[in-house]
Amino acid sequence: MKYVDEFRDRRIISRLAEEISDAVDLSHTYNFMEVCGTHTMSIFRFGLKDILPVNINLISGPGCPVCVTPNDYIDKAIWLANQKNVIVATFGDMVRVPGSRSSLEKERSRGAHVKIVYSSIDALELARKNPDQEIVFLGIGFETTIPTVAQSIIIARKEKVGNYSVLCGHKTMPEALKLLAGDENLKVDGFLLPGHVSAIIGAKPYEFLAKTFKKRCVIAGFEPIDIMQSILMLIEQKKPDIAIQYTRIISKTGNKLAQESIRKVFEKTSSSWRGLGVIEKSGLKIKKEFRAFDAEVKFNPKILPGKDNLGCICGDVLKGIKTPLECKLFGRLCIPENPVGACMVSSEGACAAYYKYRAKENG
Amino acid sequence: MHKLIDSMFIREFDNDILNQKKDSAILTVRNKKIAFTTDSYVVSPIFFPGGDIGSLAVYGTVNDISVCGARPLYISLALIIEEGLDRFVLSKITSSIRDAAKRSGVKIVTGDTKVVGRGSCDKIFINTSGIGEVYYDKLSADSIKKGDKVIISGPIGDHAISVLSKREGIKFGTSVKSDSAPLNGLISKILKTSSKVRFMRDPTRGGVATTLNEIVVGKPFGISIDEKELPVREGVRQACEMLGFDPLYLACEGRVIVIAAAEDTPKILKAMHQDAAGKMAKVVGKMSSECKGRVYMKTIAGGTRFVDMLTGEQLPRIC
Repeated sequence: MKYVDEFRDRRIISRLAEEISDAVDLSHTYNFMEVCGTHTMSIFRFGLKDILPVNINLISGPGCPVCVTPNDYIDKAIWLANQKNVIVATFGDMVRVPGSRSSLEKERSRGAHVKIVYSSIDALELARKNPDQEIVFLGIGFETTIPTVAQSIIIARKEKVGNYSVLCGHKTMPEALKLLAGDENLKVDGFLLPGHVSAIIGAKPYEFLAKTFKKRCVIAGFEPIDIMQSILMLIEQKKPDIAIQYTRIISKTGNKLAQESIRKVFEKTSSSWRGLGVIEKSGLKIKKEFRAFDAEVKFNPKILPGKDNLGCICGDVLKGIKTPLECKLFGRLCIPENPVGACMVSSEGACAAYYKYRAKENG
Repeated sequence: MHKLIDSMFIREFDNDILNQKKDSAILTVRNKKIAFTTDSYVVSPIFFPGGDIGSLAVYGTVNDISVCGARPLYISLALIIEEGLDRFVLSKITSSIRDAAKRSGVKIVTGDTKVVGRGSCDKIFINTSGIGEVYYDKLSADSIKKGDKVIISGPIGDHAISVLSKREGIKFGTSVKSDSAPLNGLISKILKTSSKVRFMRDPTRGGVATTLNEIVVGKPFGISIDEKELPVREGVRQACEMLGFDPLYLACEGRVIVIAAAEDTPKILKAMHQDAAGKMAKVVGKMSSECKGRVYMKTIAGGTRFVDMLTGEQLPRIC
């Protein structure tokens, strides 16, 4: 497959592994956090930990949007899916995420209206085709997915599709990284920054990581060669900086058009992250002028106070303080078929990655 | 699903034949061995590139009999039809069933038809049962030994992606056709060629990963597979990359996994390559002394990782 096979070339991967091996200082342990869930999945899927020196410790970060979605968001989605004439349209990952008391998948089996779609544009199409139903799209995701959701709202307004709305749970990445970089419990030497978020926002919004927190950073792609090269770049970075490995996609300034559509529809708000708590200005809400498409305003979901999942350490896993293997529930009470925490549900979640692909020595 | 089958059905209906959990039950009637199986088909959409629910219902049962070393002979056909199903659609499906039975060399000898109210089923559900004559009775997962090779008869995941792309209206770079096909011809060629074939199974629900796990669970050896050897078509790879699926978990409906002694592998492959259903057959792994009871894969990057059973359904990812 073009533009994929080139970045999975075994010979180049082996050469990068050798170069990394030559570059590391054996007396030092390198703690690098891969921020994005797709990085975590790729590292496990290709078994990259096996070919890296033992003193490179890769820590999974909070970059799985499904995993950081709090219980009360799921509770609201469940409430909506149980309303007459409402269909909740969502990315597939979301249906199994446990809320306080249930999940969309369980509710669907009891008759709730949940439809899996592949994009917000598909959800909009569902609204056009079903004018007597209300279609609520679950707006989950970071800067990568936000522009397409913004566009769906812009188009819905233009075409006067009055039965389409979005339950907005969008979050933005830099503020969460600020919280992590300042956390004294978290010993991170450097960050592999999320490639696709950066395709939208560029490199500038991360500059505080190098300037204020003195962290080495590389914006990394997702193929094995991308990740190996990014690790090498982190090791070889002389002073803290925001370097770009994923140059075939990322520019320093990002995608201006996408940024503009985000600004047009959304405004900053504080947001609750599962495991990390409320982070100032880390979320988005739909602007007043688009409130007709805001499911929160339109339906005012009525939910009971949220309940935490007892014993689940997803919070510490998302912060990179603990690994899934340190969780008492992991692989016993919490499995992909019956997840307790969100990190086990999403295919991008750290627990799911550890469970599905765990390296031989962990099994 | 495995848990449900074990806890609910195997426990309740406990008997020596069922407990073997083979694709077909092997029955002895007056010193003759007979393979007997049943399967229900609820695929949506009912027509997809490369097949339809009718031919699938025939081939699925033919294949479940064939992988047990039996010659499929007779098939029953039960239809549950949703009220209002277009007559033309039904006639297309019955023609397809007729052609599939002819292609597989089986007779449809009994049947049943029920019509249910609108909404009680999705257009049409089909159940087929089949019986076949066992002509090779040495196939057993218990006969597998360390060093045996894993052969797969062709590219994996075509059926799942064909159905998914039709159902969701997604187009990938190249169109993918279902691999749905009868395997009895290919399997009889394999069994004529070698007496060291240990076991066969068609990787349907849960794909190659789940089938290999079913084979190795509880065994004193593991299965090692080599990612670079896995046959995956370009269109399937593209779909998997886009949706976050792993081809190892995608259902096939016309592929067979053959476990055979290493020394016989070359001649088995040669025989398979001469049959249309096995033209792209290749060795993808072997029984290894490492990781007992587990399946693990040497990745294209040079690392290794475990390959577990499918849990639930694969869900398309968010980004």
